[in-house]
Amino acid sequence: MTWTWFHRLGSPPHVYRLAERLTPWFAWPAGLLIVGALYGGLVLAPPDYQQGDGFRIMYAHVPCAWMSLMVYVTMATASAVGLIWRMKVAYAVAASCAPIGASFTAATLMTGMLWGRPMWGTYWEWDPLLTSELLLLFLYLGYLGLRSSFDDMQRADRASAVLAVVGVVNVPIIHFSVYWWNSLHQAPSVMKLGAPTIALPMLIPLLMMFLGFTLYFIAILLVRLRGEVLRRERSASWIREVVTP
Amino acid sequence: MSAAAATVASRTEVPPALAVAWLALARDLRLAFRKREQLIQPLAFFVIVTALFPLSITPELGELRPIAPGVLWVAALLSSLLALDFLFRDDAQDGTLEQYALSGRSLTWLLFAKTAAHWVLTGVPLALIAPLTGVALGAPGYSLLGIVVTIATGTLALSLLGSIGAALTVGVKRSGVLLSLLTLPLAVPILIFGARATQLAIRNESFAAPLELLAAIVVLCLTLAPLAAAAAVRISLE
Repeated sequence: MTWTWFHRLGSPPHVYRLAERLTPWFAWPAGLLIVGALYGGLVLAPPDYQQGDGFRIMYAHVPCAWMSLMVYVTMATASAVGLIWRMKVAYAVAASCAPIGASFTAATLMTGMLWGRPMWGTYWEWDPLLTSELLLLFLYLGYLGLRSSFDDMQRADRASAVLAVVGVVNVPIIHFSVYWWNSLHQAPSVMKLGAPTIALPMLIPLLMMFLGFTLYFIAILLVRLRGEVLRRERSASWIREVVTP
Repeated sequence: MSAAAATVASRTEVPPALAVAWLALARDLRLAFRKREQLIQPLAFFVIVTALFPLSITPELGELRPIAPGVLWVAALLSSLLALDFLFRDDAQDGTLEQYALSGRSLTWLLFAKTAAHWVLTGVPLALIAPLTGVALGAPGYSLLGIVVTIATGTLALSLLGSIGAALTVGVKRSGVLLSLLTLPLAVPILIFGARATQLAIRNESFAAPLELLAAIVVLCLTLAPLAAAAAVRISLE
């Protein structure tokens, strides 16, 4: 097996063109899957026998929650790659991940609160899932804050990479401690998703949503990555060839 | 002559990294005792914050007792965050940190020594004064030893964890708020386990389980935090 494909990822022009070529391959399937899943989830799936139509916000909430974690892990992995192999493009990936992840986390919190209104009768409940999601948002905000406090791009990259790696070690500990804390004070909430009892017509749109959101994230990441590479390489000569064809 | 030879021999038996770390620890302690305001300010802050709760909620000890663990822990958390600013700042400004990094000695051990000194100077006094404010918040006498032990363990974890954030922000001007934003979400498990242990101590129940979880976090931080802090200091000094 040759590793040339990996080494070529270290070259910004190559990555820029690769990202440009790959974007539609992720964006179109993502759009189709999300539209299909919306139809399946909002129209075809039967109402829940307990929650009525209220459960349908799950099709936005659960994939968002999944993405908020996945983006953090992607960001930390890219940061580790950057720290280990000193790969400039990996730092650009990590930097592009952070705003996307923070947006997914904010969307999870908002849809969770909207779902909480019919389910709990209140917009906010100190539910372990919502609480750890809130802490994840603070982790993203800390990362963005640290990144923006440096003028020098390289220092911002490396310092925030250390923070992302430290954060990803801590995320499971935070998650566990919040569950432990919550179990002391109240009975576990009714939110049992992904249980095998979920009906198939409800499950299929959810799985489509998961896949669609993942592809959507990759497409958005590729677009942001191109912007990030352009910003970092703005004085390089190859930019001229790319921007003015 | 023989005494000097003996000290040299005993010095060489100790691993050099540890010996140098010990010197750094002694230096930090000596410096702090000559500049006492760094010792006293976090303590005064801690006492003032805990005094704000009775003033803002109720003077009834019976009502304060249930919230006393939370008050003590939030005040301890904020106070040690405030003190984190002293951890590397002076040494970064006068170039000592740079000399540490260039010395060829293990920066991890040196930073570990600085963090240990920081805990001795801020965490331990905080743990010792906590029973006093605990009593003022209605904590019964049998719980005071438990409060000292839990706060001492928790502040050790906080100092170690905070050393990463302090090292990352050492080159940033006016980094106080940023340091809090970086450290507070990561410190949530320490707060949860620590406050629970103190709560059980005040209720005169066994607080071994949360204290052991807190100790597990200390062990994890002991092994990983100095490494991360050393990496962060190297980046900040570039």
